[in-house]
Amino acid sequence: MALNSMREILRRMEEQHCPFWEVVLAYDVDERQVRAEESKAKMLLMWQAMRDAADNYNGQRRSVSGLVGGDGMKMRQYNRRGESMLGEYVSTVIAEALSMAESNACMCRIVAAPTAGACGVLPAVLLPLDLNQRQILEALYTASGIGAVIAAKASIAGAEGGCQAEIGTASAMAAGALVAIRGGSGAQIGHAVAMALKNLMGLVCDPVAGLVEVPCVKRNVIGAVNAVSAADMAMAGIQSRIDVDEVIEAMGQVGRRMPVEFRETALGGLAATPTGKAVKERMQAARKW
Amino acid sequence: MDIFDILGPVMVGPSSSHTAGAARIGYMARTLLGSRPVSARIHLHGSFAETGIGHGTDRALVGGLLGMKPDDLRIPSAFEEAKNQDLDYVIDEIDLPDAHPNTALIDVDGEGGTHLLMQASSLGGGRIMVNKLDGIEVNFTGAYNTLVIHNHDENGAVAMVTGLLNQLGVNVANMTLHRRKRGGDALMVIETDQHLTIHQVDFLRHLEGILSVTYYDKEDSDDGSQFDA
Repeated sequence: MALNSMREILRRMEEQHCPFWEVVLAYDVDERQVRAEESKAKMLLMWQAMRDAADNYNGQRRSVSGLVGGDGMKMRQYNRRGESMLGEYVSTVIAEALSMAESNACMCRIVAAPTAGACGVLPAVLLPLDLNQRQILEALYTASGIGAVIAAKASIAGAEGGCQAEIGTASAMAAGALVAIRGGSGAQIGHAVAMALKNLMGLVCDPVAGLVEVPCVKRNVIGAVNAVSAADMAMAGIQSRIDVDEVIEAMGQVGRRMPVEFRETALGGLAATPTGKAVKERMQAARKW
Repeated sequence: MDIFDILGPVMVGPSSSHTAGAARIGYMARTLLGSRPVSARIHLHGSFAETGIGHGTDRALVGGLLGMKPDDLRIPSAFEEAKNQDLDYVIDEIDLPDAHPNTALIDVDGEGGTHLLMQASSLGGGRIMVNKLDGIEVNFTGAYNTLVIHNHDENGAVAMVTGLLNQLGVNVANMTLHRRKRGGDALMVIETDQHLTIHQVDFLRHLEGILSVTYYDKEDSDDGSQFDA
């Protein structure tokens, strides 16, 4: 068994009359030769590590370059003042996404999902919900199954496929997870994944000074909010007109044809702006060992 | 594919390749050195040199040499920790022709006169590859339990080692042989499915013609199973 396509997972769901997440669990049991209980225990440790990371956020911390830090706190204070245009859930999602991505930039402990640079997306949409243990497992196995398919069919590395491969994948994982815990069908999970990926397709990886800071932290926000809207559309019965596996393949193709300047080399996009270049020069001047 | 490579590892940020992978490289060097490092010269190549400070690559490598794993919260203060543990280190840039962009060359002396020269790359997602050991080209990743055995290039050395592993019930997953010239020093890199005990590794050390044996136990703590609270 392999997690090679969404079609394959959906086929197994029908064949074995089980939900999406249990297909992924069965895969892990088979792949790592562990008992289901061991696999679940490890997954719950990942959840605990995400929660710990969120709890340990410190708005006073700054990244090595000084570019990043404190925005999660600002967003939370703004929400508390009741000024957000969004409802309570989505405004909290934004604050969580900023906080987690800032923690990563500030060398705190996080859970890569699927990468460190995109670590804020999945926990941001899940942490504000009051989930029981079963829902946590549903969400995390569903998300990792989706990520595994994208890694197999396309890419989850910015250096290979641009930001669409990192934040895009994280967003697709989060969208699928949300549909799963809200009782959506396998097909609806597929539509949510497809819509989340489509809406971020083409996004370039252009980190200022090559650091996982600007624009990465705020891109976690668009990944998370995009996931919520894709999940809501799927739950409303809205369908992706392009099959999810085809969307994943298209994303991979866009990534492979993306100029090298937009694949984590810090030679294009925001990294190549006058401000971006100035930051790079400042960091290089500070290089002393 | 391991789904915990998608959801995971648990790591100190900001970058799985430049921070988590760097810590693993340092940790691998410490293990293969076989004793506590006392002085290290760390040479950074490519993107490791370009963006190493901003990603904490330098601190992660030193932290790894001090025995820290990628999720160790002391990585940001690895330089201070090095002082406490009497590890002298120098970090500089190097240009290694044809090396992967994220590569470090670590030249390290350990307690009791041990020495290691290791070149390793960080491939992304925290995965690493050791490229050279003491100038001999190798290729292993630490994804398995790994034995690195220096021996005289003589008939029967390989058979002796694999025969013993067989008796110990240890299955060889991958094995590669490397040597500089016929009859000189040779290197076996053996990746195993099972863990080896300290006694088993010691036993291998006493086989005839074996110069040294180091053993890297497949790291399991990055999966979050061993939080230090």
